[in-house]
Amino acid sequence: MAVSDTATMGTPSCTDPVALHEWYPISALVEITPGLVHRTQLLGGAISYTRTPGGSRPVVWPSGGEASGAEVDGLAVDHQLPVRVKFGYVWTTLGRPEHELFDIAECDEADRRIQNGGSIMVATSAPRAIENFLDMGHFPYVHTGILGAEPRTEVLEYDVEVTDEEILATRCLFFQPQAALSASDGQMTEYVYRVPHPYCVMLYKSVPTDASRMDVIALFCQPMTEERVRAHNFLCMVDAVNSDTALKRFQQLIFGQDKPILENQSPRRLPLDPRAETPIRADKSSISYRRWLSAKGLTYAVIPATAPSPTPAPTPAPTRSS
Amino acid sequence: MEPDPSTSWYPVARSDDLPLRHVFQGELLGRELAIWRADDGFVNVWENRCLHRGVRLSIGLNEGRELRCQYHGWRYANRTAGCTYIPAHPADAPARVICNVTFPAVERYGLVWTCDSPGGVAPGDGPPVLAALEAAAPLGLRNLPVNAEPSTVLDELAAYAFVPTGLLAQRTAHDRPVAGSATLGTEELGAEVSVTDRGHSWIELTARMGEAASRVVLFVQPVDSARSVVRGVLAGGADGADGADGAGVHSPERDQMAVLRHHHRELSRLRDAIEDRAARRPSPVPMTPRLQQVRLRPAESALEHDRRDGGRRTGLRVSVARRWDTADAIVAFELRQLDGLLPTPRPGAHIDVELPNGLVRQYSLVNGPGETDRYLIGVKREPASRGGSACLHDTVIVGDVLAISEPRNNFPLRRDSFRTILIAGGIGITPLLSMAQALHWSGHTYELHYFAQSAGHVAFTEILDSLGPDVTTHLGLDPSGTGSVLTRLLSDPEDGGHVYVCGPGPMLDATRNTATTAGWPDHAVHFEYFTNATEIDSSSSFEVELARSALTLPVPAGSSIMDVLRANGVAVASSCEQGACGTCLTAVIAGEPDHQDVYLNASERRAGDRMAICVSRSRSPRLVLDI
Repeated sequence: MAVSDTATMGTPSCTDPVALHEWYPISALVEITPGLVHRTQLLGGAISYTRTPGGSRPVVWPSGGEASGAEVDGLAVDHQLPVRVKFGYVWTTLGRPEHELFDIAECDEADRRIQNGGSIMVATSAPRAIENFLDMGHFPYVHTGILGAEPRTEVLEYDVEVTDEEILATRCLFFQPQAALSASDGQMTEYVYRVPHPYCVMLYKSVPTDASRMDVIALFCQPMTEERVRAHNFLCMVDAVNSDTALKRFQQLIFGQDKPILENQSPRRLPLDPRAETPIRADKSSISYRRWLSAKGLTYAVIPATAPSPTPAPTPAPTRSS
Repeated sequence: MEPDPSTSWYPVARSDDLPLRHVFQGELLGRELAIWRADDGFVNVWENRCLHRGVRLSIGLNEGRELRCQYHGWRYANRTAGCTYIPAHPADAPARVICNVTFPAVERYGLVWTCDSPGGVAPGDGPPVLAALEAAAPLGLRNLPVNAEPSTVLDELAAYAFVPTGLLAQRTAHDRPVAGSATLGTEELGAEVSVTDRGHSWIELTARMGEAASRVVLFVQPVDSARSVVRGVLAGGADGADGADGAGVHSPERDQMAVLRHHHRELSRLRDAIEDRAARRPSPVPMTPRLQQVRLRPAESALEHDRRDGGRRTGLRVSVARRWDTADAIVAFELRQLDGLLPTPRPGAHIDVELPNGLVRQYSLVNGPGETDRYLIGVKREPASRGGSACLHDTVIVGDVLAISEPRNNFPLRRDSFRTILIAGGIGITPLLSMAQALHWSGHTYELHYFAQSAGHVAFTEILDSLGPDVTTHLGLDPSGTGSVLTRLLSDPEDGGHVYVCGPGPMLDATRNTATTAGWPDHAVHFEYFTNATEIDSSSSFEVELARSALTLPVPAGSSIMDVLRANGVAVASSCEQGACGTCLTAVIAGEPDHQDVYLNASERRAGDRMAICVSRSRSPRLVLDI
């Protein structure tokens, strides 16, 4: 069963070593006010973060009694957690990862527009969000008129390569009425999907105005609990025309369409048993993703294949009497 | 003793919770339900998750005949919950086992009842039948959610106190606002209330006051271990004439409102007390209903195209519920299963029918979407009948029992086309009629052209009429007249357009040739032959190697590959066994097939990577098959 968020404040409930010894994004760096306490949750535990007075260095620590918005001197904080700054986000860990974070080569290109497209809380598990990001079949139904439209609903055969480090799905083709903000017409769009981290996924898609280059959009998931995630939408675009706000808004429009679907999925944790749900050929990348998680031995935010049959997590009823 | 929840009926919704095209979200014993009424009136109670990715079906679209999932557009049929279409793979029919979890449903006393019996088989005698509610039109009270254990709620409802309906009505008739008043309680009115009957999940109470008496039945829906819904039904409606020696006063809607208000206020008061006591007890552990696993074996595909079933089997028993002459020399048969549900029919599918004389014949299903309680076929009397159509026409009557196969779909309908042209000749209308209905009811654009000898030869006119202006009939054309209409219809090959044709051999050939000449690609022209009119040449002899079974078998002249495989214990799927239906198509790994079927088109024949093993043979001495 899910543990309630409040019951675990301050103490991480996660005992899964695979999930513990991993890096997680907690905030876009520019969204942290220097000198003030920000609070969030990671793997069931409460954590606090800030930037040092000059604004240069992020500091992250397991929450004590400090209130959100209180003043704090980052330099004076004890028990600091390890920190990395990458892709414009602050990453931390509750364990001791032996590996560094993955790379995205396109981030080094000079004309890239790099920003956080929005950090959005979703009442589901991180792997459900990742799997939705990997999925093309829902475009005509969930992103109607933008990323897909009836009757062009076919998901053509594509390739999936799996290594210990990552999953790579290539030759993913789908008809899209408006593939990006800079697109004016419907077109067959080609995607490449990459999963280099259990809770991070990115897609590469041809730039509507320059077929030789690829826009990169990623979803970096911060597992707040097993059934609650903060999804950081990372944008790394080639677009000389639209404003940052317009690009952000487009991404938030898309993710805003996914959110209610994700929050109506049951069970919320991703079932890894191949017989728990019904895959089709179009789900090749998600089948690979579930197997890959199983092979890693991940148990956090999933229902492992060996576990007894999952139960749906019904929306808790409002308790009138308490 | 706790009743067995799998055989106990509980109310889960009110009948009026299911307005046109709505999907209601219900819950029973910790399990969420999607409850919806189809346009034919049938109430569906399904597990509230799409079996593809677990998305709630209660946020899906009730299209009247099918429910469509919001996430990937998978369609599920009324009644059977069988998946009829997977948009990501338009060319493939979903496998038959792709079927949502259903529960039985009965409507009684204005409530929808079900029981926790996945699979939809209704146990026992159905919901309780209560004399009090049978007597006269009962009035449904407002349902009341209570946060307390269902068994406790039932016990505590024995304390429910209310005023007989007749008195409430009388008082409002004299403009004294009894029911609306917050100050005047039941005690002050002095009604005597007693429990007059009770069952495992309901309680009947009778209130008496002087001459007036009325009965109310309170049903407890166990939502979860600590949550209940009380659904009350008042005997005799708002006029109190329930036969319980009450003084009935006939009065208008205002009385009904007064009565509903009175019960709502009194029940709410009781609810608060029950919840207060429940809050002081430790909360019980929530229920954990078992989720059905999908019925696919590991590595099995959800698409029929990828699967291989066993041989020709006529394992379903149906009875002829109706037969009628639908056109000259065409008889329609309505077949209903003896018990349980028939497998979900999909557009373009056919069944094998085993006739009383032992012959097996294929007939396309005419069913529209959501018509899942029967199979409809049309049978034309063939002048040169080998005993199939004549037997059905002459000997099969209403009430007869026939053995049929599950439907098989070798003529699946794509629904990803901007333009779909359906062309039927004569009795070839049957599969195209099911396609036309599927396209019509899901709002796709299409055109159906029906070639027939005369108006008297047009079958299923009642269905054609329901489709409206998308249907054109072409009557009494000779072959050249038909040819020029076909040329006109197919003159504009469109990217992403698809043509489906079924009819007599010569017309089918003409349509295919016209389409090719006009520039339609092979893959956009779909056809189904009823029979293979070509003479089968089985004079060759060769060897087949079965790659997966590691078997090599000689095929002598006079025997088909299929005969040889079966004689050696290798199961292969088949239906028509004459090279027309495509059921036995098998992948060829090496060797050159000698195609003698009419199922594959020219480019598929040239590719030589699949063959119909019921009639086709080998040009090379050795053939390697992927079996």
